[in-house]
Amino acid sequence: MAFELMSGSQAAAVAVQRVGIDLVAAYPITPQTAIVETLANFEAKGELGGEFVSVESEYAALACCYGAAATGARAFTATSSHGLAYMHEIIHWCSGARVPIVMVNVNRTIGAPWSLDPDQGDSLSQRDTGWMQIYCANAQEVFDTVLQAYALAEELLLPCMVVFDGFYISHTYEAIDVAEKEEVRRFIGPPGFEAQVKPGSPGNTHALTTGENQLLLVRNRHETMLRAPAVFEEINKRFSDIMGRSYKIIDYVIPPGAKTVFLAAGSTSETVRWALPKLNNTGLIQLRMFRPFPAGQLRSVLAAHDVEKVIVVDRNCSTGMGGIFAQELRSALYEMENPPQVQDMILAGGVDLTFEMLEKILIPGPDESRTEDKWGVDLK
Amino acid sequence: MKIEELNRESEMLYSGHNACPGCGAALAVRYLTRALGPDLAIVLTASCWSIISGMPPLTALKCPILHCPFPSAGSVGSGVKRGLVAKGKPDTTVVVLAGDGGTFDIGLQALSGAAQRNEDYIFVCYDNEAYMNTGMQTSSATPFGARTATAPYPLFKAGQKKDIMQIMAAHSIPYAATATVAFPEDMEEKLKKAKKISGFRFIHILSPCPPGWGTESADTIQISRLAVNTGFFPLYEIRDGVSWEMTLKPDRSRIPLKEYLGAQRRFKQMDDRRIEILQEEVDHDWECLMEKVNTAD
Repeated sequence: MAFELMSGSQAAAVAVQRVGIDLVAAYPITPQTAIVETLANFEAKGELGGEFVSVESEYAALACCYGAAATGARAFTATSSHGLAYMHEIIHWCSGARVPIVMVNVNRTIGAPWSLDPDQGDSLSQRDTGWMQIYCANAQEVFDTVLQAYALAEELLLPCMVVFDGFYISHTYEAIDVAEKEEVRRFIGPPGFEAQVKPGSPGNTHALTTGENQLLLVRNRHETMLRAPAVFEEINKRFSDIMGRSYKIIDYVIPPGAKTVFLAAGSTSETVRWALPKLNNTGLIQLRMFRPFPAGQLRSVLAAHDVEKVIVVDRNCSTGMGGIFAQELRSALYEMENPPQVQDMILAGGVDLTFEMLEKILIPGPDESRTEDKWGVDLK
Repeated sequence: MKIEELNRESEMLYSGHNACPGCGAALAVRYLTRALGPDLAIVLTASCWSIISGMPPLTALKCPILHCPFPSAGSVGSGVKRGLVAKGKPDTTVVVLAGDGGTFDIGLQALSGAAQRNEDYIFVCYDNEAYMNTGMQTSSATPFGARTATAPYPLFKAGQKKDIMQIMAAHSIPYAATATVAFPEDMEEKLKKAKKISGFRFIHILSPCPPGWGTESADTIQISRLAVNTGFFPLYEIRDGVSWEMTLKPDRSRIPLKEYLGAQRRFKQMDDRRIEILQEEVDHDWECLMEKVNTAD
């Protein structure tokens, strides 16, 4: 056990080096660059333990990972914003091909116009691609989640996206507990999943199929992903036995009698967590796993605590519908008997969440509805 | 080569594949798998071969095939080769197989990236000079004057065919060569040469397409031979981007390009003026090629 000062980006890169990687395919984009630079430094010192390929685009980076993972190798790439959007086709392909790639996405607004702030619309617009998505709230979570993501992906044969906010996490230095290689090896060994390309053995892998076959494949992928929370729990048990830290799919702090809770993912959940003692009788649900969506767990937590209102912090917006986390929550609550009200706090564009905004939304003005969507600028 | 000299044991293309009768691409892959096998892995991008390879659990080849999205072939090849090396299988020959669309157009960026990194695999482009799998739409490999589904009569392909070999030579890759199905010994020799070289290798195969080009199934070899003998598709190889060498030097003066064009319905509407334009282009390209070959000597 050793505490080290590092940024969220460095934490991601060090975790990749510790996990024992066969191939890193890299293409730079702000604010992800520190991840691939840190990995390149490992390569320069001969400490990466695998291949480092500087490719010509993000699309090529993920395509290269796909090829490597199809041989049974452990592969990694990281991107952000436009880079993730540019990968879109191959993101779909990787989940259909069931290759257990882990990719980090550092949230950044997609243009136009150009912007660097951490809107979550990049990763959320990959919601339906068949990847698991886990949102991290600090550098320690980033380090630990990258390790856990490999275990989860390789167990389920599904790719996993580890997501965190640009700058607030990627560039902020924190003291984190960094597990050494031997410790990590006790948690996760070398990749043992089956290769799809087997020299000497014929195979027409991912060739044209029928709609009926595709239906079976899609259903299998869906049902496999729904197993993720249970598998995550087993993996987390093993992880906490070795590392002494433990994680949940959704993490929550709901004081007794609290009727209002915030729901937030990524660094905004840390802001709310910090503010809770100063906010009168209010709770927090930190959404860590977004795909699969923990609908049942959310309903249970809300019912068990008699929550009357959920204020969703959405640093994103699906134009024509509203904040995406709020949409997903509302859909999950439809099956609840007495569902809480849902109010959406939209901070699209990657607007910073301030204490004043939290205070203001808790006390609506005399003419305001309790569930009216609130845009960041109105709350300032 | 006589038919009885063929080593049937080394055949890797199964009968019953899904290619059209007389398909140049089926022949090309038959020759290339025979020359490069048996320890072979193929990365296959969207193209006619996506269909020819069959529907799982069936397969048309004795080696593993990994399908990939259209623009990704060059990059997936890098991953497969490096993955196999990481998994202790460095001796398997990796071939990326793409059509002209997946090479000249949508796949060009990945191809260029992989070539520049000198990735250790063989990129094979079977060029049927249009998007034949989707029904004969224009690509940047379509020759001037040809009629396609996106350039229907009275339209025709207006620009010249992209010179992919010069582009590959500009990457200074260890080996690049042209080949076509009418000259299987030449093709085999080049593939075997390529197999022995490490780094990025590029083989450009002209693959006649009877339905797309408007030819009879039985005439594929004849058309392929005419392409070479009229100088439309010269057979040569390039080492390290600088050393150019003809592997077969036809007497072009004997056969005018008109004979090659006249044998294909896609060129049916070409008038003498357009034929002359194309003939001039072919002559010019030939002279440029000869200059490179002579400089290399």
